[in-house]
Amino acid sequence: MPHIEIVGITKVYEQPAAPPIVALDGVDLTVEHDQFVSLVGPSGCGKSTLLHLVGGFISPSTGEIRIDGRPVTGPGPDRGIVFQNFALFPWLTVRGNVEYGLAEKGIPRRERRKVAQHFIDMVKLTGFEEVYPHRLSGGMQQRVALARMLACDPQILLMDEPFGALDAQTRLILQEELKEIWRQARKTVLFVTHDVREAVFLSQRVVVMTARPGRIKEIVDTDLPADAPRLAVDALAEDIWATLREEVLKAVVPGDRREQAP
Amino acid sequence: MTTIRFYLPLFLSLVAWQAAVTAGLAPAEMVPAPLAVFEGLWRLLRGGELLRHVGVSMYRQLAGFMLAAVIGTALGIGMARLEGVRLVFEPLLKLLYPLPKSALIPLLILWFGIGHNSKIFAIFLGCLLPVVLSVYNGSRGIPRWLVWSAQSLGTRPYRLLWKVYFPATLPDLLSGLRIGLALSFTLLVSSEFLIARAGLGFLIQSVGEMGDYAAMFAAILVVALIGFAADRLFVRLMARALRWQEP
Repeated sequence: MPHIEIVGITKVYEQPAAPPIVALDGVDLTVEHDQFVSLVGPSGCGKSTLLHLVGGFISPSTGEIRIDGRPVTGPGPDRGIVFQNFALFPWLTVRGNVEYGLAEKGIPRRERRKVAQHFIDMVKLTGFEEVYPHRLSGGMQQRVALARMLACDPQILLMDEPFGALDAQTRLILQEELKEIWRQARKTVLFVTHDVREAVFLSQRVVVMTARPGRIKEIVDTDLPADAPRLAVDALAEDIWATLREEVLKAVVPGDRREQAP
Repeated sequence: MTTIRFYLPLFLSLVAWQAAVTAGLAPAEMVPAPLAVFEGLWRLLRGGELLRHVGVSMYRQLAGFMLAAVIGTALGIGMARLEGVRLVFEPLLKLLYPLPKSALIPLLILWFGIGHNSKIFAIFLGCLLPVVLSVYNGSRGIPRWLVWSAQSLGTRPYRLLWKVYFPATLPDLLSGLRIGLALSFTLLVSSEFLIARAGLGFLIQSVGEMGDYAAMFAAILVVALIGFAADRLFVRLMARALRWQEP
């Protein structure tokens, strides 16, 4: 049985005194267990919306999302999420953030500490346990968010442009670390990005979406061997970009509703 | 250094004040000089009278303030999260907002008597508005991704209030409470002016009526000092509670 089944999903946003926005229009997608799948598409194509739907934070207008065959009715600890802006709890220290989900599960303090420390060490933040998030750089904050998610041991990792707000160097390093974490932990990952190269480097499949209303345009198999030369990644990224480019151009034509929004 | 910079002007104006009265530039019976005020303060302290009034006033002030903090937080979060609560309370609060709360004191005395309760209620009403409004605005602005993160980390709906809404609103709650704290002293003293048997407002009023202006100034000074100390203490606590915030 597939891990995630997205069946006939449509998402329409009603707005007062304006035509409704069709964010997603008839999206079908199946993700197998332990697969790393990226969603790429022009801004406003609904790729983040799709992720939020799988997370159960919002509900679809039509269609259904199933996890291990059971329909999603709301958020749950089986699906962890990481956002572009990190979304750490600013009132908790690094340790407090990483322990948060464990505490909600009712795990006793000592056990909680041990597990949290393991993940803090894993994301290389040893020594920063008692620091509040505002003192950390963007890259470090995103490491905390990763550790916070992984500590909860979710089966599915939802990543909403997690490295989009980071500088290019930090991004490269975190990409490598995420790939390594995924290789070891074997989780199902749904990864939203607008960086095609990032998508190809990380994932086994890349889903290319159309400009709004978001539909799936193409699914590309990108499961390169671990030791694939950089050139192979680049070549594949070039191919996908050729497909995507057309959609990106469509998305920026004048008259696009999103471009007019403040 | 900052301490000296803060207290030096205060000290210099006391000296200038004393000099002006001693030199006969101001009539001593209407503007008692600082030394006379300290003498008046000593008289009030010696009989234990001052402490009794301070005790009564502080009790009323704290009770009204705490009540406003608890109910104001609940109401503010409730209004932000539940449409029904907002629809009921928003018009009431909008009406109450421009009204000087001291205008209600005669009515409160009629309802709650001349003892503690009418004063506590006046202080409660005065502090309530800044608390409700800041908590309401603060909890409306909570980013959805914080709530979503908490949910995906296994937070149950009823725990969201305590784990996310409350801490995320804390900065707004505390700045609302600080405004409330300042207002509470105004309401405390004015409610005790009207009809009371004890309290600092009553003391100011009664020694003033007896023509003991030095003691009256001393009582006013005590109110100012308590208000100042309360605000300083509150700012300290606030900085401690919000040490996680960006400076």
